[in-house]
Amino acid sequence: MAAVRTSSEIALNRIAIAAVIVVTLIFLAPIYWITATAFKPRNLSTTIPPTIVFTPEISPFVKLFTKRSQLRSEPTPEEYAAAPWWERMVFDGGEKIVRDGKGNVQLSGYPSRFMNSLIVAVTSTILAVGMGTFTAYGFSRFKVKGEADLLFFILSTRMLPPVVVAIPMFLMYRVVGLNDTHWGLIILYTAFNLSFSVWLMKGFMDEIPKEYEEAALVDGYTRMQAFFKVVLPEAATGIAATAVFCFITAWNEYAFALIMTNRRAQTAPPFIPSQVGSGLPDWTVIAAGTFLFLLPVAIFTFLLRKHLLRGVTFGAIRK
Amino acid sequence: MSTLDPKSRAASRGMSDITIRNLFIIPTILFLIVFNIFPLIYSLGYSFTDFRASGKADWNFVGLQNYRELLNDPFIWSNFSITAKYVIVSVVGQVVVGFGTAMLLNRDIPMKGLITTLLLLPMMLSMAVVGLFWKLLYDPSFGIINYALGLGTFEWLSNPDMALYAVALTDIWMWSPFVMLLSLAGLSAVPKHLYEAAAIDRAGPLYTFFRITLPLVAPILMIAIIFRTMEAFKTFDLAYILTSQPTTEVISIRLYKMAFQEWQTGRSCALAYIVLIMVLAITNIYVKYLNKVKER
Repeated sequence: MAAVRTSSEIALNRIAIAAVIVVTLIFLAPIYWITATAFKPRNLSTTIPPTIVFTPEISPFVKLFTKRSQLRSEPTPEEYAAAPWWERMVFDGGEKIVRDGKGNVQLSGYPSRFMNSLIVAVTSTILAVGMGTFTAYGFSRFKVKGEADLLFFILSTRMLPPVVVAIPMFLMYRVVGLNDTHWGLIILYTAFNLSFSVWLMKGFMDEIPKEYEEAALVDGYTRMQAFFKVVLPEAATGIAATAVFCFITAWNEYAFALIMTNRRAQTAPPFIPSQVGSGLPDWTVIAAGTFLFLLPVAIFTFLLRKHLLRGVTFGAIRK
Repeated sequence: MSTLDPKSRAASRGMSDITIRNLFIIPTILFLIVFNIFPLIYSLGYSFTDFRASGKADWNFVGLQNYRELLNDPFIWSNFSITAKYVIVSVVGQVVVGFGTAMLLNRDIPMKGLITTLLLLPMMLSMAVVGLFWKLLYDPSFGIINYALGLGTFEWLSNPDMALYAVALTDIWMWSPFVMLLSLAGLSAVPKHLYEAAAIDRAGPLYTFFRITLPLVAPILMIAIIFRTMEAFKTFDLAYILTSQPTTEVISIRLYKMAFQEWQTGRSCALAYIVLIMVLAITNIYVKYLNKVKER
């Protein structure tokens, strides 16, 4: 930009600011809309014109977590008065919560799918980042024969379309009994994330001066001690950023989860869409499920925004 | 990048450096071979058979028959041409929107950091879940998009001519921020003195853009394009969730249906190999350009 700011340039800058605001609002509108829908009563979710102002409700979340059935008849006033407040919201929507013989609330499929997502994403993240950190250190500090080729091989494992890998994996898993198990998905996601983890961690490792370890070696540490006590603490922010990336990828994965799981180990991404069905879906419940599922990713994005920027552009802008 | 001497002083204490190096690297390589290369060899074998994973029927070696049939199947070629159309529309859209936004943001904009972070959000989300909520947004009778644009009951997803563009539009929403981020990094690396020199020469804005900005940003923009091309080529979730039109059946969906709905396992392995070769071809272009940027 020129050093002298002319009046036309200031005007141009104002137009640019206005345009940026408009673009940002357009980009955020879908996310806002799904959030708003998650807090609407059902009868306001599909109105035209769309309902902008409404009293937020948590009934979609109650419905999301409980197994429900249509009310055959209106609840008696006594029943209604005896029900807890959250159950009354379901009554008001023309449904009742299903209970088992002992009177316990029956949960819907969502909580277990959410837990499956959590188990699979967290475990595979720990494995991928752990192995990736060691391997990145190995590549960063030692002479490795054919290093460029090996690194390219590692990266190339991520370039295949998931469906291409899924067919033989499905057959192999069927033989060894890993279909529809947590470990089956964990192994797949670890393999998938490992390449990324190695590449990203190598970037972080290369930036830690090797003089740090050499000083530790002079102080009488073994190489392993130097790695654990000097290098790992230095790499902590890099490890955190890589972990969040691996978590987000595993958390969001759909194709493998769709093919490799059906009930026991199914994660949320194939489950939520399967709830839409063919009739008139309750979009508030689907929006609530979506909102809860997006929440961890949104929080991570904000907490680690500076590191994420680097991870997103990984390798591409490094000279 | 720095390398330590494996025969350094520390080698005499504890494990030798070579042992540590092997301990750190070999398990990862083995793991990736077992879970990436081995399955591919396994499916290469199946691609020469008429194996069906659904039944207990015998299977036969059929040689190149699967490949021959697939390459002569007009439906497969139409899947590829749908994929190509999808890739072009969505990547061009992402470059226009992403690069345009980056040009806007490459000024003294207040809260630039916050805006950039907010724009990161779409690309952090699950494509399947994004597909699901765009289904709600696209709904012809109560969707917010038709209402906001005043389109009445315009059909986005059930209209065969429109569906592919609707899927691409969602992809553009999700991934333009990625192109924007890379472009922004490229734009901020353009030396300021070039613009000052151009201003002294009284160069017009168009001349400055085409002679200074674009050539200097081009390499990094190219990387964004190739990244997105490869990802768009692999598209499955978004198109599969959003709509089930024959006109949006990209090659990954065809492959999924062939393998897990029609259970033509052998044939689908052959198709997977054809796709694989195409991905490798695209990957080669990618590596070529990556090296070009590194040479710069």
